[in-house]
Order: sequence, then structure tokens, then C-alpha cells
Amino acid sequence: MNQRIVHHPVLGSLDAGKSLHFRFNGTTYPAYEGETIAAALLASGVRTLRVHEEKGTPRGIYCNIGHCYECRVTVDGVPTVRACMTLVQDGMEVTAGVVLPTPLKKGGHSQ
Amino acid sequence: MIDALIIGAGPAGLSAAIACAKQGLSVRIVDEFYRAGGRLLGQLHQEPNGTWWNGMEEAARLDREARAAGVEIACGVSVFNVVPSSSGWIASTTEGEIETSLLLIATGASETAVPVPGWTLPGVMSIGAAQVMTNVQRVRVGERGVIIGVNILSVAIARELQLAGIQIDRMILPPVSTVTGKAGFPEAVMRSLLRVAHLAPSPLIRWGSQLMKSSWMQRLGVSLYPSQGFSMWDIPIQLRTAALEIVGTNQVEGVRIARVAPDGQPIPGSEQIIPADFVCIAGGLSPLAELAAIAGCPFAYVPSLGGHVPIHNDRMQTPLPGLFVAGNITGVESAKVAMAQGIVAGLSMADAHGALADSAELENAIRQVGIVRQRATIQFHPDIDEGRATVGQLALASTGK
Ligand SMILES: Cc1cc2nc3c(=O)[nH]c(=O)nc-3n(C[C@H](O)[C@H](O)[C@H](O)COP(=O)(O)OP(=O)(O)OC[C@H]3O[C@@H](n4cnc5c(N)ncnc54)[C@H](O)[C@@H]3O)c2cc1C
Ligand code: FES
Repeated sequence: MNQRIVHHPVLGSLDAGKSLHFRFNGTTYPAYEGETIAAALLASGVRTLRVHEEKGTPRGIYCNIGHCYECRVTVDGVPTVRACMTLVQDGMEVTAGVVLPTPLKKGGHSQ
Repeated sequence: MIDALIIGAGPAGLSAAIACAKQGLSVRIVDEFYRAGGRLLGQLHQEPNGTWWNGMEEAARLDREARAAGVEIACGVSVFNVVPSSSGWIASTTEGEIETSLLLIATGASETAVPVPGWTLPGVMSIGAAQVMTNVQRVRVGERGVIIGVNILSVAIARELQLAGIQIDRMILPPVSTVTGKAGFPEAVMRSLLRVAHLAPSPLIRWGSQLMKSSWMQRLGVSLYPSQGFSMWDIPIQLRTAALEIVGTNQVEGVRIARVAPDGQPIPGSEQIIPADFVCIAGGLSPLAELAAIAGCPFAYVPSLGGHVPIHNDRMQTPLPGLFVAGNITGVESAKVAMAQGIVAGLSMADAHGALADSAELENAIRQVGIVRQRATIQFHPDIDEGRATVGQLALASTGK
């Protein structure tokens, strides 16, 4: 699947940069230089970037300009990186946020 | 230490940088996005005379001009704190602290979220997200989508998505709730649309909007609208239909909608689910003013400017020494107004630095803001002038300037 807008009636033809590859959750995806992680994944049909830390419900981008932090992923071991603001680098390792333990929540209602 | 630090490389920040660098100040801009231009990058509108406003080109021009004037532009740098120092301001950024004698905050606007049930599903995004993905990143947000929220921004962006070959199934209202406020009332939405009717390509809508300028006509218009609504650029706009819920398991699969009465309440028995692979939510814009608040700047709540705005005078000075604001942070208006305000802020900073060669230039720039405002194609609110006047009076009261 390639959802890139190659021809645009007003903006003209897509001026794609050098082609790169990166990994997301262990799968290799193509990207072009100058593309954000979020855009490159969406171009390959991937919408889910993480799951809610507690409920496990899937999440993708919301604002796409760095305001909402819905798109946070781990990049080369660094957590809480915004996928909508971060350009893909060749060989980058990206992993989705996962469900985290909530030890304080379980039975956490005190009398 | 640099003379001027500008936070935000949107049209306001870049224009300010050019203006004050040309007066000889050393200027640096930081922006957390990966390229300069701000929200200008995604903008693509057809002007009434038929030419296109291509934000990407405008942004590139401003970026070139700023660099040519000697401005240092650092992208991918977020500012998270600003504090006054003995000689100006210190900004804390993801790349360390920056000291400056003058500080301009030009952080723009953010979109107001509308939490429609199901809005956290992947495939649901703000209307601005779809604009950036389509026009800047050149990736299709989906095949066929629904836009929830009918306002000037969402109507303009619907057209932009269509240009990129993305199908908009329809535009509908959000459900009426305490958070959606007027955006869920057909009449209020109708009234606000009338203000942008001059953008409509169809003479029919232009005529219709003239006919419906009186309020009883508007009520009639809303109640007589066929449930199919009307179309702009063949995109159905249905003011008598609201989204009740976005449905899907792992991502958006559709939207549960219902016809609504003129007061926005769903009509029993009219529910249906329409398929969609993406949904855009348009809740309007408000000034992104947190940094000015952290700095200690006094604020005013002015609904016609989009919400809480830092108090400032017509020279874009806040009551805090050395702190300036420009662009959408001072009230939500179009990019051309932001540029005009940026020039004022830049010259005003040069003046504060004692480097403004000709003070008439600043006076002219201030007048120019008013002229650009009058001519703006896109107006986010009808009472902008009043809102601006309110802030001006508050500035006068707080500083005597
Ligand atoms: C999503 C969206 C879409 C819009 N679309 C249109 C449109 O189609 N047509 C139209 O006329 N108007 C549109 N607007 C209104 C738009 O804001 C103005 O037209 C204009 O771009 C405002 O210019 P500005 O310079 O004030 O701010 P902006 O263009 O918003 O630029 C602000 C810049 O500041 C940066 N920034 C913010 N906070 C920080 C921080 N803490 N640290 C570092 N950098 C920061 C941002 O990354 C951004 O680049 C849109 C606004 C938004 C939010
Ligand atoms: S999508 Fe909102 S921060 Fe990335």
C-alpha cells in the first residue's frame, strides 16, 4: 500500500527525497528522506502508533503538529518521542507504546 | 547573548525576524516543527480573484528572506519555559538555555478538541492534522472520510483534501454537549457560515447567503434545508445531521449519525451508520499562549479573538519589559494578518533596542495591520475589531502605553 500523493493539481508533483528504510515493531517499512515517522507509517497503511498505557485501546495521530502527544513512540530506545514531529532516519528502530503495569491502581481504592 | 529570540517560525515569527534583523539586531528563531513556516505550510486557498494562496511557497520565501537577513533558524527545538533575567529573558529549550535581551512569543494557535464518543480511535484526527498530512507530508489520510464540525477552517480544508483526491463523504455537526457549545446548533453554524459565503464557488450559495442575512430568514433556512443539506464543491454539508459516535474496533470504520432538530437534538428513529476510513474533527482554533502565561504576562478572555490572549498594545509589547507577542497568540486571524503583526513586532523590538532608524516605519506597519485585516479573505470571527479594541484598552490601563 502506498498512500503518497504523487500528483497534485496545485502543489505539483511530489519531490521525494532519498529512499530509506526503518523498522516499526520489528517490521521494515520504506520512507523518503524528509518524512516524519507518522507520515511514513500512514503511507504504508499503519494507523496505530501505540496502545493506551492502561486500557490497551489503540491510538494514532490526532493533531499531527506536536500539541496532543497522542502519537508518542519509542525511537532507538528513547521513549515519548512524537512520531508526527520526528523525521525518519535510515535504519531507525521505532516501537509502539505498550500497556504498562498499574500496580497502584489495582485495589487502590482505600476506605 | 543575542538581541532577540523568537519562539515560533510561523508567518508572524519569520516576518518579525526579518524586520528586526534588517534593523541590525542579532536574531535567532527556534521552532519545534522540523521545518520553518508554521501553519502557513499547509495552507492552500483559492483567492476571490482565482489565484491560489500557496502557503508552502510563502513559507519558503519568508524562510529565504530571514536567512538572507542573517537570522539564525533552529528547527526541532521545543521551548518549555521562559523566565525574566537581569538583562532580559532566559528560555529553556530541549537544546539548552538561551539568553536574550528581547523575547518574542509567536507560538500561533492550537485546535480545540471535540471529544465525540470514539474519537480516540486511530483514523480520527483534527482537521488541521489532515491538512498537514495532505498538503505538507503529501500522504492521503484515507479514502473516504467524514468531517465533524462545520466552520471556515473545516470547509477550506475539505476542499484541500478533495483536491488531493480524497473523498469527503459529508460534513456534519458534532453532538450538542457542554463542550461543543454552539458548534452543535444548526442555526448558529448557519450564521457563521454566512460570513464565509463569499468563498463559495457556487453563485447559488452566494445568492442564498444574501437572502438569509436576517435572523428569521436563517431560521427558515435551517428548518427548510433538505435533510441532504447543500453542497460546496460537491461536498455535502449537512447542518441538520450530527455525529453521535465514531465506530470501529482497531480503527475508524464508520460514524453513527442522526438527523437533528433545529436545536441540535437528535430525531428519534433517524439514526444510521455510514462507512468511513477516517474522520476529521474541527473544533476551531484558540491562541497557544502557555509560554506567555508562564512568563507572567497578564491575560484577557476575549471570545472573538479565540479565548485567553496575553495583553499587548498595538506595538505588540506586553506589560512585561522586553516581552513581545505576535500572530495567532494575540488572537486567531489569517496568516496575512500574522505577517503584518510580525513586522510590527520586529520593528518594535528594534525600537526597544534603540536601533530603529525611522520611527515612521513602525507607525506605517501598525496602520498596515488594520488594512490587511480589513481585506482578509478568511475571517475567523466577525467581531475581531471589537476584541482588538478591548485588548488595546486593557494594555493602556496596565502600562499607560
Ligand atoms: C492546524 C491549523 C491549521 C490552520 N490552517 C489555516 C488555514 O488553512 N488558513 C488560514 O488562514 N489560517 C489557518 N490557521 C490559522 C493560522 O494559525 C494562521 O493563519 C497563521 O499561520 C498564524 O501564524 P503564527 O505565526 O501566529 O503561528 P503559526 O503559523 O501557528 O506558527 C507558530 C509556530 O510556533 C511553533 N511553536 C509553538 N509552540 C512552540 C514551542 N513551545 N517551542 C517551539 N516552537 C513552538 C510551532 O511549531 C509553529 O511552527 C491554522 C491554524 C492551525 C492551528
Ligand atoms: S499527533 Fe499530536 S503530538 Fe503528534
